[in-house]
Amino acid sequence: MFTQELLDKSSLLRKKWEDEVKKVIAKNPDMKERWSTVSDLEIKRIYGPEDIKDMDFERDIAYPGQFPYLRGNQATGYRGKFWTFRMFAGMGTAVVTNQRWHYLLSTGQTGLSTAFDFPTLMGYDTDSPKAKGECGKCGVAIDTIDDFRDLIKGIPLDKITTSMTINPPATALWAMYCASAQEQGIPLTKIGGTIQNDMLKEFIAQKTLMCPPEPSVKLISDTIEFGTKYVPKWNTISISGYHIREAGATAVQELAFTLRDGMEYVEDAIRRKGLHVDEFAPRLSFFFNSHIDFFEEIAKLRAARRIWAKAMRERYNSQDPRSWWMRFHTQTAGCSLTAQQPYNNVVRTATEALAAVLGGTQSLHTNSLDEVLCLPSDHAVQIALRTQQLIAEETGVVNTIDPLAGSYFVEALTNEMEEKAWEYIHKIDEMGGMVAAIEKGFPQMEISDAAYKFQQQIDSGEKVMIGVNKYNIEDEVVDIPIVEIDDGIEQEQLRRLAETKRKRDSRKVAECLKDLAEACKKGDNVMPYCIEAVKNYATVQEICDVYREVYGEYRDPGIY
Amino acid sequence: MAQRRIRILLAKPGLDGHDRGARVLARSFRDAGFEVIYTGCHQTPEQIAATALQEDVDMVGLSCLSGAHNYLYPQVAKLLRDGGADDIVVVGGGIIPDKDIPTLKEAGIKEVFLPGAPLEVINDWIRANVTPKE
Repeated sequence: MFTQELLDKSSLLRKKWEDEVKKVIAKNPDMKERWSTVSDLEIKRIYGPEDIKDMDFERDIAYPGQFPYLRGNQATGYRGKFWTFRMFAGMGTAVVTNQRWHYLLSTGQTGLSTAFDFPTLMGYDTDSPKAKGECGKCGVAIDTIDDFRDLIKGIPLDKITTSMTINPPATALWAMYCASAQEQGIPLTKIGGTIQNDMLKEFIAQKTLMCPPEPSVKLISDTIEFGTKYVPKWNTISISGYHIREAGATAVQELAFTLRDGMEYVEDAIRRKGLHVDEFAPRLSFFFNSHIDFFEEIAKLRAARRIWAKAMRERYNSQDPRSWWMRFHTQTAGCSLTAQQPYNNVVRTATEALAAVLGGTQSLHTNSLDEVLCLPSDHAVQIALRTQQLIAEETGVVNTIDPLAGSYFVEALTNEMEEKAWEYIHKIDEMGGMVAAIEKGFPQMEISDAAYKFQQQIDSGEKVMIGVNKYNIEDEVVDIPIVEIDDGIEQEQLRRLAETKRKRDSRKVAECLKDLAEACKKGDNVMPYCIEAVKNYATVQEICDVYREVYGEYRDPGIY
Repeated sequence: MAQRRIRILLAKPGLDGHDRGARVLARSFRDAGFEVIYTGCHQTPEQIAATALQEDVDMVGLSCLSGAHNYLYPQVAKLLRDGGADDIVVVGGGIIPDKDIPTLKEAGIKEVFLPGAPLEVINDWIRANVTPKE
């Protein structure tokens, strides 16, 4: 990057600066000895040319739209199109969530994102004993295609893309989306959206569990294959670091485990389905967290693009640049928000959103100030969405692409994140891959270590969370409106489910489920069977019970 | 003979998978010298009560962040009472609105810890309020 002459000059000037620093701190010591990121990565007082001297401009940085895509996938950056403003929303019944969606679209949101309630997420119907007390609490309850039709009422499926945060029952919910599109006369080739469908991070972090890791990956490869052949504009997976981070991982762990998960899916689709990497890799999408440590997050997102591009080209011999692009959604960090002094959360979210934009995200959810206390109120959601609009349209940060490139610090930190991520990736390779590493409890333990260490740093005051361990308000009364989900929702949803079950042809449902079980046993792609089953009003749980029956049920081993 | 250590069952009732708090507490309890059994996620109240009785614990700690605490926590307390184990102290934590706390306490949840509670505060509370069985 630099001539020897410049490096010599820098070394001379640096020495002088260091002498000055020594003099100053002899009189006025630093406030603390060690300065580090929220992930406890040590940061130096200053960075200079010597910190990035081994970089090669063409190999490591280049321009947007050029390998290794450090600076972004698209040549035009945010000038042609902002990131997608995609707020995660869902509560109560499908009818209630549909109203919220229409409200969000009317306020300038450009994509939809579905939060499901816990029974739906885990593949249980509202009438299951396991679902008691949970219906509609954390998201929308979907049991059958009747609910799904109400969910998407009035939403033009060929124009608005919808993301669905759904994992074990992803095949069932995606089948409902496909079947609904067909009912509306929209061909599958025209619909666009995303299913999260990333089970590895469930075992690692989020713990929405159904079957063991191996068959879980098989079901994912089924969706990748089906999407590749019939629903080419659909992102069949959103490989997620978000939940890994929320569970307590460091930025490096989030980066490493997420990308290694991605590699596991690529390898399985190639091996199991005989697909060529470039047939499906362009539709793989990612999902990251943007935490409070500003530069660490920017460096992480930049590093993620470069690692993925290299892995795709070098590890999997991909020839298509679209496979080399890492496309990702970002959400600001829920775990950085505090129940105390909740209005401070607006500032945290704005900072995190800015980091995501400077890191080049393609899509963004900004958390609402009340999300640590309840589902977000309309007013809180509006502030969160306005935060994105303000960054896009007032701050000027979108004027130029990757404005932090070439910064000694940002490039050095980006390199450091990448190096440390590769160390983890290679370690997991040596363990035999991510499924094997999960079975050993490796990523789970690494995250638990980091989470415990962070909590101890908060308790000791080494790390600061304002309102929690510094600048607390004695006997604070948190006085913001709390959104509550009425327990009556459960009765309403039970009524809806009973009505659908009454009107359907149960013999037909049983046949569809038998066919699905056969397909599972033979190793066939389950998607066509799922679509047929949901069209005949099979429930989410009935489909998931087939998987649990054929593949076995996985229980959280409770690793800490 | 040395007194038996305080024996804690840490449990995650319901379908919620947000287990960061529970995992951190499990380590903290261990380091504080308590005996800890962690159930992992997705336990029914029946499973939790059965484990508590079987393991003869002194305290059950419940963690739930999905909003289903009003049903799940009292249900665990009730099942323990029904099983003749009213001496087991039941505490809960998570995202619990202030207005739910009195109802939970009436239902037999002895203390509720909210987001931001320091580990040492929780440990001290346990030392002061939970006595190991003979």
